[in-house]
Amino acid sequence: MSVTDYLIPYDFSPVTILSFALVLGFYGYGLLKMPEADRPGSGRILVFLIGVIMCYGVMQTRFDYYSQYMFFVHRGQHLILHHLGPFLIALSNPLPVMRYLFSRIKPGIRKALTPLGWIYRFLQHPAIASFLFVGLIYFWLWPPIHFDAMLSRDLYWIMNWSMLLDGLLFWWLIFDPRSPVASDALGYGKRILLLALVALPQMVLGATIVFSRGMVYDVYEVCGRAWPMPPETDQLLGGLLTWIPPAMMSILGILIILRRAMREDGKPAPYSEELKATHS
Amino acid sequence: MTTQTLSRLLRMLPVTAMIAATTMLAGCLGDEESWRGKDISGLMPELAFELTGTSGDTVTADDTNGEIRMVFFGFTSCPDVCPATLQKLSRAVKDMPDELQDDTRIVFVSVDPQRDTPERIRSYVDFFSERAIGVTGEEKALRELSKRYRTTFGYDDPDAEGNYNVSHSGAVYVFDRNGNARLLFRPDMSVEDIRTDLVTLAEES
Repeated sequence: MSVTDYLIPYDFSPVTILSFALVLGFYGYGLLKMPEADRPGSGRILVFLIGVIMCYGVMQTRFDYYSQYMFFVHRGQHLILHHLGPFLIALSNPLPVMRYLFSRIKPGIRKALTPLGWIYRFLQHPAIASFLFVGLIYFWLWPPIHFDAMLSRDLYWIMNWSMLLDGLLFWWLIFDPRSPVASDALGYGKRILLLALVALPQMVLGATIVFSRGMVYDVYEVCGRAWPMPPETDQLLGGLLTWIPPAMMSILGILIILRRAMREDGKPAPYSEELKATHS
Repeated sequence: MTTQTLSRLLRMLPVTAMIAATTMLAGCLGDEESWRGKDISGLMPELAFELTGTSGDTVTADDTNGEIRMVFFGFTSCPDVCPATLQKLSRAVKDMPDELQDDTRIVFVSVDPQRDTPERIRSYVDFFSERAIGVTGEEKALRELSKRYRTTFGYDDPDAEGNYNVSHSGAVYVFDRNGNARLLFRPDMSVEDIRTDLVTLAEES
C-alpha cells in the first residue's frame, strides 16, 4: 500500500471533513483578522493544530480501519478523541480567537444562539460534566452496546463524535483559562477534584478488562481482525490503554492546574484594587 | 417558595437529570430477546452485491429475492471455521420442515479469488448443501462488500508450498425475504438454535 492509501479516509465522512475544515478555517480567519495584542503565540497555535490534526487523523485515515477491526487500536482511537486531542486543544487556549469570532457574529444571530448557551451551561455543570465523561466511556464499552456500535456504521460515527465532543467539553471545563477569582469559571480545587474523581472509575474499568479471563468484546472475533493477533493479547492491550494513559492524563491535568493555582496564590485578587480605591 | 429553596432546587436539577438518564438507560438495556442469534435489525444496510457465480455468470442479491439468505465469508482452503459453519448451516436447513427448506439460501462468499476458481467453489458448496451457492469476485468488489457489513479479511504470507491462511469473519449474516439484515449467527451457535431462528424467520409473512 502506498502512503496515499494510508492517508485517505477508510470510511469517507463528508460531515467530519467539513467540520474539521470549518474549525481550521475559522481559527485561521480569526488569527489573521484579530488584533495583534490578543493573538496566541506560535507555540499555542502549534498545540491547537496538533490536537485538531490528531483527532482528524484517527477519524479519517487508515487508522480508522484498524480501529474498527482491532480492539486495542479502537481504545487508542478513543484515547485520542476523548483525552489527548481535546486536552491539547483546551490547553492551547483558543479563547481569544473564539471571543474575536463571537464578536463578529451579527447581534441578531447572537441572540438566536442563546439557547445553545443554556445547553452549554447545563452540560458544564461539574456533576453533569464528570458524569458524562465517565458515563460515555462506560456506555460505549458496555458489551452489548459496543457490539452494536461496531456493527452499525451510523452508531459507530455517533460513538466517535460523542466521544470527541464530550472530550472537548470536559477538558475545556478543566483548562478554562479564566481565573476563578475574576470570573464564574470553576474553582481550581473543584477542577482537581473532578480530575481525580473521573480517573478512579476509568482505572476500575481498565483493570476489569485487563484481568478478564474470557472474551469481553467478541465483536472483533466475529467480524474478523485486521491482522491475526491472539484475542487475549488484543484485549489485554486494549484494557491497558483504557487503564493507564487516562489515569496519567488526570495526574498531568492536576499538576497543570496546581501550577496555575500556585501562580495565582501570590497575586492580589482583582477586586481588592477596587476595594482599596473605595476606601482611600 | 423562597428564593433560597428555588435556587437549591435549580442546583439539584442536573443531579436529577443524571439519575433520570441512568434509569432510562437501564430500562433500554432490559429488553428481552426472542431470537437465539443476535438481532441486527436496523444496524446494517440491506443485502446488495454483484459478484461472479460458480458458472462464471454475474450473480446479484436480487437473484435470490424472496428467500432467507445466510451470507458467509470464507475460502475453500479454510481448515476449520468454514467447513464447520457450512456443515452447521446445512444441517440446520435439513432439519427445517420440508416446505420451508426451499425458502432458504446459503450464500458462500469466497474472499480468496486467487485460489478459488468458480469450479472449485462449486464442488465445495455442492458438497455441503444443495441450498448453497458460491460467489466470488475481484478483491476490490469483495472489500466493498465486506466493508458494507463491517467485516474484513486479510492474507497471511505464503509458506514454501505457496499455501497461505486467510483471516475472515466467523459470523453468518442473515437477511430476510426482502433483503433486510435481521440476524447475526455467532460461530459458537448450535444447529438447533440456528434452525429455530430460520424457521421463525421463514414463517414471517
